[in-house]
Amino acid sequence: MENLRLLFSAPPLSVQLLLDGLLIGAIFALAAYGMALVWGVMGIINVAQGEFVMLGGYAAYYLYTAGIHPLFGIPLAAVALFALGWLLYRTVVFRIVDKDLFISILATYGLSILLQQLANVFFGANVRTAESGFGIFYLMGGAVTVSQIKLVSFAAALLVGASLLLFLRRSRMGQAIRATAQNARAARVMGIDTDSVYAWTFGINAAICGASGALVAMTWIVHPYLGLPYTVRSFMIVIIAGLGNVAGVLAAALGLGVAENFAGFILGAEYQTAFIFMLLVVILVWRRFWLARQRRYLA
Amino acid sequence: MKAPDARRWIIPAIAIVFALGAPFFAPAYRTQMAFLWVMIVFALTWDLLGGQMGYNSFGNVLFFGVGMYTCVVVQRDAHLGYYSALFIGMAAGAAVAVALAAVIGSGILGLRGHYFAIGTLGLGIAAGELAGGWDFVGGGGGMVPPLFPGVVGGRETFFYYLCLAIAAMTLPTMRWLYSGRFGLAINAIRDDEDKAEAMGLRTTHFKTTAWCISAFFLGLLGGVVGNLLGFVDPREVAFAGSTYGVWMVLMAILGGKGTLWGPVIGAVIFHITQELFWTYLLGWQRVALGLLIVLIVVFFPVGILGWARDRWPERFGRGVDETPTQGPA
Repeated sequence: MENLRLLFSAPPLSVQLLLDGLLIGAIFALAAYGMALVWGVMGIINVAQGEFVMLGGYAAYYLYTAGIHPLFGIPLAAVALFALGWLLYRTVVFRIVDKDLFISILATYGLSILLQQLANVFFGANVRTAESGFGIFYLMGGAVTVSQIKLVSFAAALLVGASLLLFLRRSRMGQAIRATAQNARAARVMGIDTDSVYAWTFGINAAICGASGALVAMTWIVHPYLGLPYTVRSFMIVIIAGLGNVAGVLAAALGLGVAENFAGFILGAEYQTAFIFMLLVVILVWRRFWLARQRRYLA
Repeated sequence: MKAPDARRWIIPAIAIVFALGAPFFAPAYRTQMAFLWVMIVFALTWDLLGGQMGYNSFGNVLFFGVGMYTCVVVQRDAHLGYYSALFIGMAAGAAVAVALAAVIGSGILGLRGHYFAIGTLGLGIAAGELAGGWDFVGGGGGMVPPLFPGVVGGRETFFYYLCLAIAAMTLPTMRWLYSGRFGLAINAIRDDEDKAEAMGLRTTHFKTTAWCISAFFLGLLGGVVGNLLGFVDPREVAFAGSTYGVWMVLMAILGGKGTLWGPVIGAVIFHITQELFWTYLLGWQRVALGLLIVLIVVFFPVGILGWARDRWPERFGRGVDETPTQGPA
């Protein structure tokens, strides 16, 4: 609780944590929106979400070592992950689309362990980062620092999110995806190839996770085991915001980023991951009591 | 009449001789053999919830870890003789695990379907992270249980028999539970919880009891495994969500969930496969295990007993059961 007192005696510190949290949050929002997309369209909770983020980070890192600036690495990482997502759908995921949710959770959990261990074998357990060469802004007389890369990645995250929304609204495939989400059977009757829609959805999800992973590699670090916290964050954000609620996803993600940063500071960095998982449990239990009080059917 | 009787007893007799004699036949494999019983208890206790009650938990490893830590802390701080500290520690581990299950049960077991699955997944990992940050239990470095006082190599034999004893306790307990009113009640919860509740079943009571029973055996087992391995690591041993936590589920599914013997068969096959991976695919064993999970879940979700029941329904003393036993989606 030492740190809590520190927080009150030095207000700029709070501003610092708030800013960092908000800037982190946009990246969470990307992965969370991908999860909501797959959940809403295919009825699958993708536990391998965080592994896509991790692989996107590695793609950006290796492009960076090959001399490509991380900012250009973002679209390339997205393309690479789209290919991976498509491939995974065509080999594994299409078999679990119409199975019960538990089978899909367990199968994607297996995928997540598989990808994590493959990354460990091929990329090694070392912590990597893609240096972008941006400087630091000093605010409030130097008491608050904002690295420019975080601002850039915040903007990039919003850009990726906006282009995804535009894709879903405007393009033919986007329309087909939304139609399938509303009613897959009716979509099939109207001549939509839902199998290909699912493949696209899974690929797009992997692509936005890849983009957010590239941002993670630029602003923080990547290592093979960072996946599960991202999955859990995405899941939390989606259940708070609900499926198909873009503004809600963004708000929840920014809120989570801020909460996590403050918790990490107050409780100490070693408890930051524990905080995420405890928060998940608390939110789930709280949601259940809230639903029960509303006399809503527990689903 | 005599021949079938003899045949009926021959398999259990072989199993008992094998189980009791294993440390003498194959002394080099005592730890692996002990883990066979550990895996069987894992699968059985998971199936009590996942298979019979339809609550697919990824967090049962929580009770295992809590039991392990409690036992080792008692051994460290009790200042008793080795054996009395060990047995008091095991009992304390089981008691703490049951108490924890009872306390969090009312909240967590209210979650349904995939919310329960993800919630318990979070619970198990959160426990590992908390233990990893708590200096009283050794923090991220974990703890080391006290040295076994007996002869060199006696430790493995001793803990082998303890694991065997716990497995030998678990199986009849499950059999007894499933054969009575309790089994019917939790099966009713699996099939339709709201209807079960509407019929006047105290579902929360049954669910919490089932979780406590599961926690009891896992808590007891935790202390033994901690001492068998000789070290307690928060993330890799005690609260190993991505190994033990998933394996429990996988073994029960592989053997056929919702049956008594399915988890046992699944555990035996899985454990042998996993040991072969360690021997022949060293460095890649975790990759191979991940692949195995995906393959089993995607291609063989009915399990061995489920498949056999569809194949030879008459041997299971029933007509063809078309409805697969699955939890609420």
